[in-house]
Amino acid sequence: MTWNTPDDRKYAETDEWIILTGDSATLGLTDYAQDQLSDIVYVELPVSGETFEQGDIVATVESVKAAADVHMPMSGAVTEANSAIEDEPEKVNADPYGEAWFIKLTPADPAEIDSLMDADAYARHCAARDD
Amino acid sequence: MLAACDVERLEDFFDLIPEQHRFPALDLPEPLSELEVLRELQELAESNAEASHHPCFLGAGAYHHYVPALVNHMLLRGEFMTAYTPYQPEVSQGTLQTMFEYQSMICALTGMEVANASHYDGATSTAEAVIMALNQFRGRRAKIILSATLHPQYRQVVRTYTQGMGLTIVGDDDSAADLDDIIAQLDDQTALLILQYPNFLGELEDMRGLQNAVHDVGALLCVVANPIALGMLKPPGEYGADIVVGEGQPLGIPMSYGGPYLGFFATREKYVRKLAGRLVGETVDANGKRGYVLTLTPREQHIRRDKATSNICTNQGLMATAAAIYLSVLGKQGLRKVAELCYHKAHYAADCIDVLPGFSVRRERAFFHEFALRCPGPVAEINTALFDDYGLIGGYDLGQDYAHLENHMLLAVTEMATREDIDCLVEALGEIT
Repeated sequence: MTWNTPDDRKYAETDEWIILTGDSATLGLTDYAQDQLSDIVYVELPVSGETFEQGDIVATVESVKAAADVHMPMSGAVTEANSAIEDEPEKVNADPYGEAWFIKLTPADPAEIDSLMDADAYARHCAARDD
Repeated sequence: MLAACDVERLEDFFDLIPEQHRFPALDLPEPLSELEVLRELQELAESNAEASHHPCFLGAGAYHHYVPALVNHMLLRGEFMTAYTPYQPEVSQGTLQTMFEYQSMICALTGMEVANASHYDGATSTAEAVIMALNQFRGRRAKIILSATLHPQYRQVVRTYTQGMGLTIVGDDDSAADLDDIIAQLDDQTALLILQYPNFLGELEDMRGLQNAVHDVGALLCVVANPIALGMLKPPGEYGADIVVGEGQPLGIPMSYGGPYLGFFATREKYVRKLAGRLVGETVDANGKRGYVLTLTPREQHIRRDKATSNICTNQGLMATAAAIYLSVLGKQGLRKVAELCYHKAHYAADCIDVLPGFSVRRERAFFHEFALRCPGPVAEINTALFDDYGLIGGYDLGQDYAHLENHMLLAVTEMATREDIDCLVEALGEIT
């Protein structure tokens, strides 16, 4: 099985994606993550202003069969939380890389992005877990 | 079967146990016949003086109420008694519907939007309310305010449950503190303020405006309520409570020397995902027929694991069923009647005792069916005399929990006390002193 892993972003081992645009970054869950979780029914997001370190739990998702944490791929302060996915959690399954972004943040240390995987590495990471 | 297991004798299965431990001497008495066992147990049971033979004026969290015959008649049916874990909804519709109806009745009683399928008892429900509030604030607020007039044992259980969580629990350091004192302690670190209704002294504290004070600092309000009192008093939901919990024992469950009891728990819809315990929901099946299931199960520990707000994944199924039957049998009018009987009998008793020399009923606030009585001497001595000389079970010694209430007895009067019982108590108190 293969999952969508767009080239334009970086990935964490814990199945989050992140895109850096100037001083801001946007993150969300990957196609692999939403597929593993199955139908997502609830999303709990942080509030703007909260700060987190790389690897901290920043949000939670609940599906019909599991509850999972969303981790920060990079350290930073939350500038915006996507209320659209709080209202319609199913968007995370439908459009994980577009409409269903989780939060925007101001990265504390942009160099951290180098510690993340590119699309190919992440695709291999998913394939290795699928057996 | 032994052959199928490739074994010659049954004893061969126990070869793994060292010989000297295989048949230890247990030194038990000789077996008795059913008749002999019954005699022995009856003799043991008769060493108790129970409320059915002794007018009981002791309350303090567990109350002597009438259990209509219909409750046990239905509760002890095999279908109700044995139904337990409804994880397979397709074979558990009966118990799921019963729990759904119980939940609905608790909501109606408390004036709240959603109730779970119950906890062990009022004390643990209160502790779960604290944990729910902490989770609602995701650990950003760590202060809990407990009213000094919240049941002393409930406050102890809250502290036991939350030890090691780094919480600041205040409000009851001064046992004489009142509502204004604890409102003054509200701040932006407060997660929850807990009040009892009626309070442990039987009194009704003025909750008007309380929700504003609590919500102004962004905290939550929890009210611990007596379910019989809710038959005639304004429900805590109408006072803006965010969580309502309490002890459901008065609803068709005998006092039973401390348990099994029933913790009810109700809250607002917006907090439902932080709610602990089992939750039954109504839905439709594949054919469009109404059915019931356990719902919002990712809240629970078997899915959320260490991130669950509580390790509770059970409920007091049998006790909740008893409460549901009790409430159905009485209905709104019946429950109100029970509440009114308790209220009026307690006030009759208070008025009669108040005129006795040396006794004084605490009348700082209106009370429901319990009141604090200042006595001319130690409560323990009075209770001994009441029992030994008159066969009456006296009230709770408040001096053990409230320094300023030394020699005060907490007297409860329910619908079970006849006028003769009350008059006997009054006469006894008059003669003892």
